[in-house]
Amino acid sequence: MSALFVKSIKFLIGGAFVVALFLALWTTVAGMINEPAAETAAEEFHLKPEHLALQSDGPFGTFDEQQVQRGFQVYKEVCAACHSLSLVSFRELEGIGYTEAQVKAIATGWTTPQPTFDPKTGDRGERPNTPADRFPHVYYPGQGSPPDLSLIAKAREGGASYIHALLTGYQAQPAELLEKFPDAKTPEGLHYNPYFANLNLAMPAPLTSEGQVQYLDGTRATVDQMSKDVSAFLVWTAEPTLEKRHAVGFATILFLIALLFLTFGAYRSVWAGVKH
Amino acid sequence: MSFPWAKQYAPKHPVMQWIDEKLPLPRFVYNAIGSGYPVPRNLNYFWNFGVLSGVALVCQIVTGVILAMHFHSSAAGAFESVNGTIMRDVNAGWFLRFAHANGASMFFIVVYTHIARGLYYGSYKAPREMVWLLGVVIFLLLMATAFMGYVLPWGQMSFWGAQVITGFFSAIPVVGDWIRIWLLGGYAPDDAALNRFFSLHYLLPFVIAAVVILHIWALHIPGSSNPTGVEVKDEQDTVPFHPYYTAKDGLGLVVFLIVFALLIFFAPDMLGHPDNYIPANPLSTPAHIVPEWYFLPFYAILKSFTFDLILPAKLWGVLAMFGSILLMFFLPWLDKSPVRSGSYRPMYRIFFWIMIVDVFVLGYVGGAEPIARNVILGQIASMYYFAHFLIIVPIVSRLERPKPLPNSITEAVLAKGKSGETAVSA
Ligand code: HEC
Ligand code: HEM
Repeated sequence: MSALFVKSIKFLIGGAFVVALFLALWTTVAGMINEPAAETAAEEFHLKPEHLALQSDGPFGTFDEQQVQRGFQVYKEVCAACHSLSLVSFRELEGIGYTEAQVKAIATGWTTPQPTFDPKTGDRGERPNTPADRFPHVYYPGQGSPPDLSLIAKAREGGASYIHALLTGYQAQPAELLEKFPDAKTPEGLHYNPYFANLNLAMPAPLTSEGQVQYLDGTRATVDQMSKDVSAFLVWTAEPTLEKRHAVGFATILFLIALLFLTFGAYRSVWAGVKH
Repeated sequence: MSFPWAKQYAPKHPVMQWIDEKLPLPRFVYNAIGSGYPVPRNLNYFWNFGVLSGVALVCQIVTGVILAMHFHSSAAGAFESVNGTIMRDVNAGWFLRFAHANGASMFFIVVYTHIARGLYYGSYKAPREMVWLLGVVIFLLLMATAFMGYVLPWGQMSFWGAQVITGFFSAIPVVGDWIRIWLLGGYAPDDAALNRFFSLHYLLPFVIAAVVILHIWALHIPGSSNPTGVEVKDEQDTVPFHPYYTAKDGLGLVVFLIVFALLIFFAPDMLGHPDNYIPANPLSTPAHIVPEWYFLPFYAILKSFTFDLILPAKLWGVLAMFGSILLMFFLPWLDKSPVRSGSYRPMYRIFFWIMIVDVFVLGYVGGAEPIARNVILGQIASMYYFAHFLIIVPIVSRLERPKPLPNSITEAVLAKGKSGETAVSA
């Protein structure tokens, strides 16, 4: 009796899992037939961003310094009112073509100062930024909490394409949506944007009119241009070492391919004459 | 043990002689991975994956030890130390971090191939059961290590992954919640959990290294199996490990490094999840929480149990998920077929490939949205998974009529040349 039990225990355990799964399957199928999942407004009206081509794309991608600098200008003059950039240091701006002196001027001229604390007196104060500082934290009293933008290009599906689509995607809520989903009206204080996951976000359209930023390099500052540039800038902030990564990668692959020929030759000569 | 025709270590250089007399380490290496270890001559490239797993382990330890020098193990500082200090300020920190994160993926790619090789060629059968059992122990340790490592950067998926996985323990009746709180050191993942995960994440790779030594020790008693599954009979059947397999493993290693480099330098975020670039936030649950790709098949099994059959569905899911791995321990006794290699087992071979496809389906379901269609797919695939190992394999091993085996490895190798295809000299 017990020998038989030991022999068939695998079938018992296997059978138990299969039966439990079969019953689960049964209820899933029944559920699907009886109460098909209702569509939501977000499922029907959410849009996928169109691809935004940038010079940093692909295995040979590099930064377009002019564009990234323009994007920095957009960040500085528009986004920095609400969004922090707390993983990036001022000195890193040298990586996008600013000179040491320019970086120093940018840091000291930055409107949000660095907080200080004097441990002797307990006084809290402020001091100007230096190139060694990270961008100071931005406190935002309005509705919603603006995410730190340092890594945003990596933290969202679609990266730069998503940011560009989001910034240029604001529109009035479509009439069909309200007709079909009367409960889905954009709440007070939020803004309709079909690229945002749940269609309504707390950020008011930040880029609204041509010339909102006066580009130093004379490029025409259309809304589309500004949002492209700031997206390119945020790709840079998310990984300032991207160019270096591509360059080192290229050299590494070349080296490994040479090594592949050598090891293949070694393998051939060692095994020559041995059938296997 | 080794074969009687194994070459003996005879150091010529006086320094080597001197060392070998005092500490026979050179002799040990010679007999383990040198010319003193005879290996079947017919191993195919699937036999490279054991060595590649070892290389992956070494890469993880080297990059990991350096990363740990710059890592802040605290809920307030971990994210910033990884994404700020290491990625931006540490020299080549970005390389170390990408190498470590993608190294984990490479590790699983090679270990999964290594396990699949064992399943196809029946490597788990006598006399190599101990090799297999130690392999499963390594696999469990590897999963634990990878899970805890993923928690360390303290992004959204780190935090919520830890929340979900430690949540498994609360499925245990009566004491479950208490165990979960004890494991986490709190009600939710926080400093206490992060610190103990860091400590264990640093420890476990060395435990793995120790078990790998046992794994190879156990392997060297019978020696490697081979694609025919026929045991070595005489000297003709083998070649010395060095230079034959050092050359072949060297070639495999370079291919491995090329794939690894392509990931690190050109697609470092491809296998990761964007949400882990968002700092952990206990107040905001991600839209859907998914583990790293290498856990997806098991995650799919977990989620497939949605029916309270005597036990609560959640408990079924957790039991099944652990069971899906633990059943590997019993495989040498579930598969009674005396023939090892799937190449000579026409029925087993078919079910083997169905099982491989099944695991890919589970992987897809594990990462997909939980809409009804995917849930159904996952439930069917999970059924097959358990049926395969616990019902089909035991039955097939009785019913099947295997193809005739070659008399020896050498016979099989020579027949390969004769049977038409131009014999490749390489
Ligand atoms: C008036 C303040 C304000 C300004 C100016 C502003 N934002 Fe925002 N932003 C917000 C708020 C608030 C949110 C949070 C929205 C939410 O989650 O509902 C947000 C969210 C975002 C998001 C994340 C959306 C998501 O997927 O979660 C991005 C990207 C973003 N802003 C980019 C920008 C860029 C680029 C600029 C400059 C061109 C900018 N913002 C200017 C307030 C602002
Ligand atoms: C850290 C992870 C691992 C390392 C470093 C490792 C290393 C090795 C090495 C070097 C070999 C000999 C070469 C070969 O046959 O490919 C080997 C063989 C083997 N390994 Fe592993 N292994 C690991 C994990 C596993 C796992 C997870 C399993 C199974 C669950 C496993 C099962 C086996 C078996 C059965 C053999 C013998 C194969 C044969 O001779 O046919 N190993 N391993």
